Amino acid sequence: LFIALGAFLYRGLSLDPTALPAARIGSEFPSFTLPDLATFDDINQDVLDAKPALLNVWATWCYSCRVEHPFLLDLARRGVPIYGLNYKDDAEAARQWLTDLGDPYRRTVFDKVGTLGVDLGVYGAPETYVIDANGVIVHRHVGVVDEDVWITQLAPFFERPRAGDAL
Amino acid sequence: VNSYRTVLALLVFMALWPLTSGAVIETYEFSDPVLEERYQSLSLELRCPKCQNQNIADSDAPISRDLRSLLHQQLEAGATDEEILGYMVLRYGDFVRYRPAVNEKTALLWFGPIGLIIVGIGVFIWHFRRARSAPNADALTDDERALLERQRRRE
Repeated sequence: LFIALGAFLYRGLSLDPTALPAARIGSEFPSFTLPDLATFDDINQDVLDAKPALLNVWATWCYSCRVEHPFLLDLARRGVPIYGLNYKDDAEAARQWLTDLGDPYRRTVFDKVGTLGVDLGVYGAPETYVIDANGVIVHRHVGVVDEDVWITQLAPFFERPRAGDAL
Repeated sequence: VNSYRTVLALLVFMALWPLTSGAVIETYEFSDPVLEERYQSLSLELRCPKCQNQNIADSDAPISRDLRSLLHQQLEAGATDEEILGYMVLRYGDFVRYRPAVNEKTALLWFGPIGLIIVGIGVFIWHFRRARSAPNADALTDDERALLERQRRRE
């Protein structure tokens, strides 16, 4: 019994306590009505029409977002649909960021006060969600997305039966 | 006299210093003092998702500020405590409550310590009974007694 308890607790030492399980996994993407960052027209969950897709939560105040940005551009070039959720940011600064660094997003939702953020259970940036073909949230990654994260956590959701896919 | 005044002014300044830094957490107006009490207790109960070991009343993280603002809105809109906690748990998981609801995922957390105490008491009783049922296990054998006797006589 003592050994079993020890093993259980020892395993706990190697877990990352800041990696919270996302409560929203397995439920449909929450509905929203928020402005599009580029046009400021109101858009809703229907614009997320390429599936499966990534939804990347980012902001200009977030340093790690700058770190992962080149990789997101790379993923977008490889044909992965990525939507942006500009989280609690200044619209002008966010547009400038996309102009300067490139825009990997099909659409960017501008969430000034973080309402969609709260509905998703966002607690910081960057966070990246995987939305499957049925519009259900199937995975969340907190922190920078890089090649390693892509291969081990995200890419499996994008594998299609077709052979010779560019992904 | 001059330096005495300087020291006094400095002391007054230092005494007032904490007042400015203590004012970072916003205050909300409530239409009913009961709502304010519920706000206080709920914000102590809800845990900041970003800073982990702070409740949202205690934390100045942006997410805590947002959750406090939502809490205020929902209280004023007439939501019950269960509705508010359900709303938070739906979005941030059981983690967001310091006293999570009992379900299969939190059962170990709730009953694990009691289980371990029961096991501990069980082991203690078992050990104690075994020691009593063999009371002479620690007693000396005849050889040992003879040896002890010889040693005593030599002294």
